[in-house]
Amino acid sequence: MRNPLAIIGQVVLASLAEIGSLSRFAGTAISHIVRPPIYWRLILKQMWLIGYNSLPVVGLTALFTGAALAQQIYVGGSRFNAASVVPGVVVIAIVRELGPVLGGLMVAGRVSSAMAAELGTMRVTEQIDALVTLSTDPFKYLIAPRLIAAVITLPLLVLVANIIGVLGGYMIGTGRLGLNEGTYLQVTVDFLERADVISSLVKAAVFGFFIALMGSYHGYHSRGGAQGVGKATTNAVVSAFIAILLANLIITVIVFGGTGA
Amino acid sequence: MSIEMMIELKNVHKGFGPKKVLQGIDLAVPKGESLVIIGGSGTGKSVTLKCVLGILQPDQGEILVGGEDVTKFSTGARKRILSKFGMLFQGAALFDSLPVWENVAFGLIQGKGMNKKDAHEIAIEKLRRVGLGADVGNLSPAELSGGMQKRVGLARAIATEPEIIFFDEPTTGLDPIMADVINDLIVECVKDLGATTMTITHDMASARKIADRIAMLYHGKIIWEGTKEEIDQSGNAHVDQFIHGRAQGPIEMELLKL
Ligand SMILES: Nc1ncnc2c1ncn2[C@@H]1O[C@H](COP(=O)(O)OP(=O)(O)OP(=O)(O)O)[C@@H](O)[C@H]1O
Ligand SMILES: [Mg+2]
Repeated sequence: MRNPLAIIGQVVLASLAEIGSLSRFAGTAISHIVRPPIYWRLILKQMWLIGYNSLPVVGLTALFTGAALAQQIYVGGSRFNAASVVPGVVVIAIVRELGPVLGGLMVAGRVSSAMAAELGTMRVTEQIDALVTLSTDPFKYLIAPRLIAAVITLPLLVLVANIIGVLGGYMIGTGRLGLNEGTYLQVTVDFLERADVISSLVKAAVFGFFIALMGSYHGYHSRGGAQGVGKATTNAVVSAFIAILLANLIITVIVFGGTGA
Repeated sequence: MSIEMMIELKNVHKGFGPKKVLQGIDLAVPKGESLVIIGGSGTGKSVTLKCVLGILQPDQGEILVGGEDVTKFSTGARKRILSKFGMLFQGAALFDSLPVWENVAFGLIQGKGMNKKDAHEIAIEKLRRVGLGADVGNLSPAELSGGMQKRVGLARAIATEPEIIFFDEPTTGLDPIMADVINDLIVECVKDLGATTMTITHDMASARKIADRIAMLYHGKIIWEGTKEEIDQSGNAHVDQFIHGRAQGPIEMELLKL
């Protein structure tokens, strides 16, 4: 039997090494984002792949979540004043948390995995080595465009998700629960503050960064044929999920950090 | 020595974990010469080329390209030296997100900043040199046969007319006639462009045609080196067994011992 402390120590050291390697990777990638040349065509292509193709899944997620939320709040809130509680809570919950977080997770599932699979295949078939021998930096050509595209695209997707989420609540609220249509929209607008929208979009941009970072990092470092690429893909999605949830918590505490005092 | 050496490897070691692959490689290729490396599968021939290119970092030893030690290079300096190189990968390593012609033109467009129209013209010309028509240029690499991919990889390696070209098994997977066309092309690269080349091959007919010198890699070391005329009288049992493709000999003995 091995000493359990030694095992824990090894796991901690391995995790720290992984975080160190990830940070260095991120640092290199960022240094390439700010230095020319910038491949606009590749950025636009990635924006299309990330954004347009994610719209249906993000839209549906937001719609169903907004609708379910309205139903829940109504049941819980009808003891007070459903007409004002439902629209207010729905819009706050969607814009502050659920729009960016669920949107981010859905996109991570699609995009981090796709990036890891693509870059991983390029790694194991030596396409990344070939790129280097053709005097092209893989960070500049492959990774920077993905990061830039994700950071720009995610806020746009989340904006759409927020609107559709509120719409989902509106549909259930006015259609099923009998809330007044005009009042619903009025309360929604009254409750929403500028800080909510800004924090929502900032979260989305940060999530976009992690989605592309995890996809790129795991793909770029994958090894060992098809099996290695499969593993990279799984790791990319799992680590993107964790990064998104952790970053969400941190941003929420910073922006809405009141303790009631 | 008065001959100018383009590439020199001095006591190069490279291992992966506990596995020692290169154990003290010494090689020198004069400018404008063609060196062929032969040796059994898995002996580290591809690893040797990758060490020179900086794709792999040797554990020990010096690698000089044009007199400069590339193992100590920064990223910027490496990029500068890599612009002198062309490389045909063993598995072709074509970019599957780009059509064939853009693969061939990649070094011209990205590396040298040439406009797309001129680069396209050159790419089509290089494809013709490797026996592929202009129509192939618009296909995706996934639509090509293995031998066609190899030839596109070859066209990509020579497209920028580099000073140093590495060919990793250029004729593997080609029919004998196409293999000879490729041999001629490699000879031409050396003669016409004055390129310095290192070629890995298992095909002795090809080795005899393109080599100025031949080196044999065995157990992580160069066990024999000489001109192609000398190889038949090498007096080395390993070399003899290899060039005649005999199953019996010292190399088999080693395999059985493992
Ligand atoms: N990236 C790597 N990681 C771990 N081991 C590697 C790596 N690249 C090569 N090797 C190992 O190094 C040894 C030499 O590989 P290399 O590709 O150079 O062989 P080779 O001489 O080119 O053989 P072949 O003629 O079959 O192409 C092999 O045993 C291989 O398993
Ligand atoms: Mg090889």
